[in-house]
Amino acid sequence: MSGSQEMAVREKQELARQEEQTVPGRHFLPAADIFETDDALTLLLEMPGVDRNNVDVQIENDVLRVEGKIDYTAYKDIEPVYTEYNIGHYTRSFTLSNKIDRDGITARVEDGVLALTLPKAKEILPRRIAVS
Amino acid sequence: MPLFPDPFGTLLGLQNALDAFRRSEWLQSGPSASGSYPPLNVFRKGDDFTLVAELPGVASSDLDIQVKGRTVRLSGSKSVIYPEKASVHRRERLQGRFDRSITLPIEVDQENATAQFRDGILAITLPRAERDKPRSIRIG
Repeated sequence: MSGSQEMAVREKQELARQEEQTVPGRHFLPAADIFETDDALTLLLEMPGVDRNNVDVQIENDVLRVEGKIDYTAYKDIEPVYTEYNIGHYTRSFTLSNKIDRDGITARVEDGVLALTLPKAKEILPRRIAVS
Repeated sequence: MPLFPDPFGTLLGLQNALDAFRRSEWLQSGPSASGSYPPLNVFRKGDDFTLVAELPGVASSDLDIQVKGRTVRLSGSKSVIYPEKASVHRRERLQGRFDRSITLPIEVDQENATAQFRDGILAITLPRAERDKPRSIRIG
């Protein structure tokens, strides 16, 4: 199925903030996929240009907040002559259920995609009871 | 110097304004002009050009870049794969194939064109061909 259809351009969505920001720069919403397997929830966030060292994942009051900073220095010495998209940092927040094992969350960055694995808490995993 | 880095803000604003007036196609790159995937930013450094595109989640082995004369063709495919038995709650990432060409105002030195793919950003460096460079003529 993949590769059969022509890809369309989706314009990057700029973040409308609730709070005022103090860090300079534009912020965009990274496109996200969320899927659930038997033992974990996985979040995939597209953050092109974000190095693995510039990703910040925080949990506060049941809110998972992901921030990815891009490096502007690569654009310093070159002169833009034609442009179709803008660049900026990425921020997005997700509300977590309390059935997530917070200590077991792992993150990985590959080709500009951040993968967060949120394991389900032990107590909600289905358990099979053997009949003796 | 602006307070925060916004390298394309002004240019993007100007282009949008021009677009509203008349659909702009940079150097009339034909049927695959603006609106095609992936969106491109073009930079100039001296005589050379650099094309930059955001291709998050695309494997570098799925990218094909061809250069001939003034034209650069960028094609490939992107697939988003979920594990079997996964239930998908949110699906925003796009998949499919793309094929786009762009015509530059310079002739490219094909032998020395290079491409870099890092953190989902593709940068194609296109040096200007020696025979295309302007020559100054001395007054004898």
